[in-house]
Amino acid sequence: MTDQSMNAIERLAETKNERMAKNLTKRYAKEKRFQAYGIASICIGMAFLALLLGTIFYGGTSSFITTEIKLTINYDADVIGVTDLTDEEELAWADWRGLLTTSLAERFPDVSGRQQVRQRNALISSIAEYEIRDRLLAHPELLGTTEELWIVADDEIDAVMKGQVDRTVAESERRITDLQLAMIDDLKESGDIKKKFNTIFFTAGDSREPEQAGIRGAMIGSFYTLLVTLMLSFPIGVAAAIYLEEFAPKNRFTEIIEVNINNLAAVPSIVFGLLGLAVFINLFHLPRSAPVVGGLVLTLMTLPTIIISSRSAIKAVPPSIREAALGLGASKMQMVMHHVLPLAMPGMLTGTIIGMAQALGETAPLLMIGMVAFIADVPNGALDPATVLPVQVYLWSDLPERAFVAKTSGAIMVLLGFLAVMNLLAVYLRKKFEKTW
Amino acid sequence: MTTSSLFLLLIAIVVVSFIFGRKRSLEMAQSVGGIRYLHSLPNYYGLMAAAWAAIPGVLLLALWSVFQDVIIQSSVTHLLPESYLTLTGSDLELVWAEIYNLQNGILTEASDPAFYVVVDALNNLMASSRMGKTILVIALTVLGGVWGWRLIKPEQRARNQFEKVLEVLLLASSMIAILTTVGIVFSVVFESIRFFHKVPFHEFVFGLKWSPQIAINAEVAGSSGAFGAIPLFVGTLMIAAIALLVAVPIGLMTAVYLVEYASSKVRSIVKPLLEVLAGIPTVVYGFFAALTMAPQLKSFFEGFGVDGVSSESALAAGLVMGIMIIPFVSSLADDVINAVPRSLRDGSYGLGATKSETVKQVIFPAALPGIVSGVLLAASRAIGETMIVVMAAGLAANLTANPLDAVTTVTVQIATLLVGDQEFDSAKTLAAFALGLMLFFVTLMLNVIALAVVKRFREQYD
Repeated sequence: MTDQSMNAIERLAETKNERMAKNLTKRYAKEKRFQAYGIASICIGMAFLALLLGTIFYGGTSSFITTEIKLTINYDADVIGVTDLTDEEELAWADWRGLLTTSLAERFPDVSGRQQVRQRNALISSIAEYEIRDRLLAHPELLGTTEELWIVADDEIDAVMKGQVDRTVAESERRITDLQLAMIDDLKESGDIKKKFNTIFFTAGDSREPEQAGIRGAMIGSFYTLLVTLMLSFPIGVAAAIYLEEFAPKNRFTEIIEVNINNLAAVPSIVFGLLGLAVFINLFHLPRSAPVVGGLVLTLMTLPTIIISSRSAIKAVPPSIREAALGLGASKMQMVMHHVLPLAMPGMLTGTIIGMAQALGETAPLLMIGMVAFIADVPNGALDPATVLPVQVYLWSDLPERAFVAKTSGAIMVLLGFLAVMNLLAVYLRKKFEKTW
Repeated sequence: MTTSSLFLLLIAIVVVSFIFGRKRSLEMAQSVGGIRYLHSLPNYYGLMAAAWAAIPGVLLLALWSVFQDVIIQSSVTHLLPESYLTLTGSDLELVWAEIYNLQNGILTEASDPAFYVVVDALNNLMASSRMGKTILVIALTVLGGVWGWRLIKPEQRARNQFEKVLEVLLLASSMIAILTTVGIVFSVVFESIRFFHKVPFHEFVFGLKWSPQIAINAEVAGSSGAFGAIPLFVGTLMIAAIALLVAVPIGLMTAVYLVEYASSKVRSIVKPLLEVLAGIPTVVYGFFAALTMAPQLKSFFEGFGVDGVSSESALAAGLVMGIMIIPFVSSLADDVINAVPRSLRDGSYGLGATKSETVKQVIFPAALPGIVSGVLLAASRAIGETMIVVMAAGLAANLTANPLDAVTTVTVQIATLLVGDQEFDSAKTLAAFALGLMLFFVTLMLNVIALAVVKRFREQYD
C-alpha cells in the first residue's frame, strides 16, 4: 500500500467523520426542536387554561359585591297613598316608589328640572321599592315612622364604585352623568354609600335588572334536574352494567347492546335534546321547561358514562371473590348482589359523580326542551318551569348591560366551583377506596 | 287521585305484601320444623309476594297513563261536527289544542260552540278514567299481593323465582341503551320525512341558500324560505377544520412529550390540568370565545389593516373549540402511544436513533391507526359541539371560505330553529330535525369508521 492511497483512505475517513459529526449535530438539533415543540404544546394548553380561568375570575369577582346607599325613609302614609295596610285593593295602587324619591329629594334638595330629578332617582335600583313594600308589610307598625335603610344602588352606580367607569370621558360618552357623579362623591364623603357582599346574587331569581338578578332559581333548577338524573341514571346504569358484565350471554344481541352504548357516548348532546323534544314533550306531553324533562334527557345522556365506568368497576373485582362466594353455595345473583356489587360500589359512585358533573355542565339539550325561558321565580318542584346554571350563563351572556358580563362570570365561577367539588369528591373516593387485590 | 299519590299508595301496598309474605313464610316454617326446612330464606318469600303485587300494578299504571289520552280523544272524536272530521294534520292538531286549552281553562271562549260538547265529554271521560285507574290499579296490586301471599309454601322456590325477576329487570335496564338509539332515530327520521315532503331532499342537500326564518307558516305570502344546507355544512366543516388544526398538533405533541420525555412528576401535574380543560362546561368556552377571543381577534386583524373582520368570526369559535378538544386528542393519543410495546422503542434506540427519530419513524407508524381513529372521534366531537358556536359563530348563513367571516353551523341552526314556542309542523321547525338527522348520521359514521380503522389496521405486537 502506498502512502498516497493511505492518505486517500484517511481523507475519506476524515470526511466521513466530519460528515457524521455534522449530521449528528443536526440530528441533535432536531431532537431539541422536537422536544421544544412538545413543551410549547403543553405551555399553550396551560396558558390557555390560565387565560380562561383568569379572565373569568377577574371579571367575575365584582359580581359578588354590590353597592348600597343609605337613605332616611319616612314611611309617610300620604306619600304611599295607603291608609290601611291590610286592604288589598288600596295596596294595588300604593306608590312605594314615592317613598324612595321623596327620601332622595330630602337627601339632595338642590336639584331642579325634570332631567335632573330623573338622574337623581336613577341612583337607586328600580326594584328597591319592592323591598320597601315587603319591609313595611312585614312590619306594619313602621307606618308613620322614620328609619335609615341601606338601599341597593343602580348597576351604573355600582360600576362607578367598582372603578369601572372612566371619569375623564366626556359626559355624553358614558351612561352616568356628571350630576350623578357629584352625588356619588357627596354620598362617599358622608359615608352613606358602601360596598358589601352581594347576597342578592345568591338569594334572588333571575331579573332583567342586573343589580337584582341572582342565581338561586338556576341553582335550584339545576338541583332538581340533577336529582331526577341521579335517581334514574344511577340504578339503571348500575343494573345495565351488572347485566352486561355478569349475566349477559355472549351473543349477537348483547353485542348490539354494547355497540349501542359506545355509540351513544359519542352522539352529540344536542341530538339528545331533539329526542327529548320529540318524545318527552311532543309524544308524552310532559311540561316544557321542567326539570323532569331535563333530568330524563340528561339521564339518557349520562347513562353510557355510568354504564362504562360501572362495568370497569365490576371487572376490577377479582374472580377469586366470585368463586369463593359460589363455592360456599351462593347463587349467582347472591354472589353479585352480596359480594361483587359492594366491592364495585366505590368505582361505580366515582363514575356516577363524573357523569353528574357532565350533566351539570350540559347546556345544549336543555335549550331544545325549553329550559331557556326567562323565569324569575325560584322553582318549587321538578314540574315547575326552571332553568339551570349553565343555561343561566348562556342567557346572561346575551344581555347587553355591562353588569351582566360580571354576573355571567360570577355564575360561571359558581358553576365551576360545584364542578370542582364534584370532581374532587370523585378523586377522593377513588383514592380512598382504591384497592389492589 | 293523582298519579304520583297513586304511585306512593302502590309502593305502600307492595311493602305491606313483603311484610305479610315474610310473616307467612315464618309461620309455615314453624309447622314444618324451622326455617331450615324452607326452600329459601324468609326474605325471599316476602320479596316474591312483593313482586307479585308490584309488577301487575305498575304495568297497568304505566299502560293506562300512556294510552289514556289517545283512547279518550278517539272516543270523543265523533262528537265533533262533520266539517272537522275531514281535517288532517296540523289543522286537526290546532282544533284539539283549542279543545284542550278550553278544558284546562287556558281559553275561556271557543271559536265554535260545538267544542263545548266535546269539552264536557272529555271532562266526564277523564274523571271516570282517573277513577277507574285508581280503583283498578289498587285492586290489581292488592290481588297480586294476595295471590303472591297465597302461593307461599315451604317448597316454593322463592329465591329462584325472585332472581329470575331481578334478572329480567337487569336485562330491561340494559335495553334502555337500545331504546334510546331507537328513540333518537325515530324522532329525527319521522320529522325529517315530513320535512322532505315539504322541501325536496336534493334542494336541502345541494341548495346554496339558507334562510328559514321567513317560513313561519304557510299562510304568509312568499313564505317558502330557502332550505339549502350547503352553507351550514361548509360553516360546520370550516369551524371543525380550524378546531382540528389547533387540537391535533398540540394534542399529539402534548401526548408524545408526556409519554416519551416528561418525568413522572411533570406528568402528574400536567395531566390533571389538562383534564380540567376537558371538564370545563362548553358554555364557559362559548362565553370566552364570544366576549374575549372574538374582540381580541378582531382588533388583532384590524391592526394588520384587514377590514371587515366579523365580530362573530369562524376563527374565534374554531380556535376556542380547538383548545377544548386538545385534552380529548391528547388522552386518546396518550393511550395508543403507551400501547406501542417497549421492544419497538428499544430496537430503534439500539440502531442509534434519537428519541425524536424513534417517535417519528417507529412509534407514529405503529400508533397510526389509533391516532387516526382519535382524530376522527375529535372531528365528530367538533362537528357536534353546540354551545361554543351558538355563542360565538353567529347566525348568518354565509357561503364563504374566509375564516374571518361569520358563518353558521348545523348545530347553531338546530338550536335557533327550535328555541322558543313554535308551530311544530312548519318547514322551519322540521328543518331542525332534518339537520339533526344529518348530524346524527355523520357523527355515527365517523365513530363507526374510527372503530373500523382501529380494528382493521391495528397490529398485534405481543
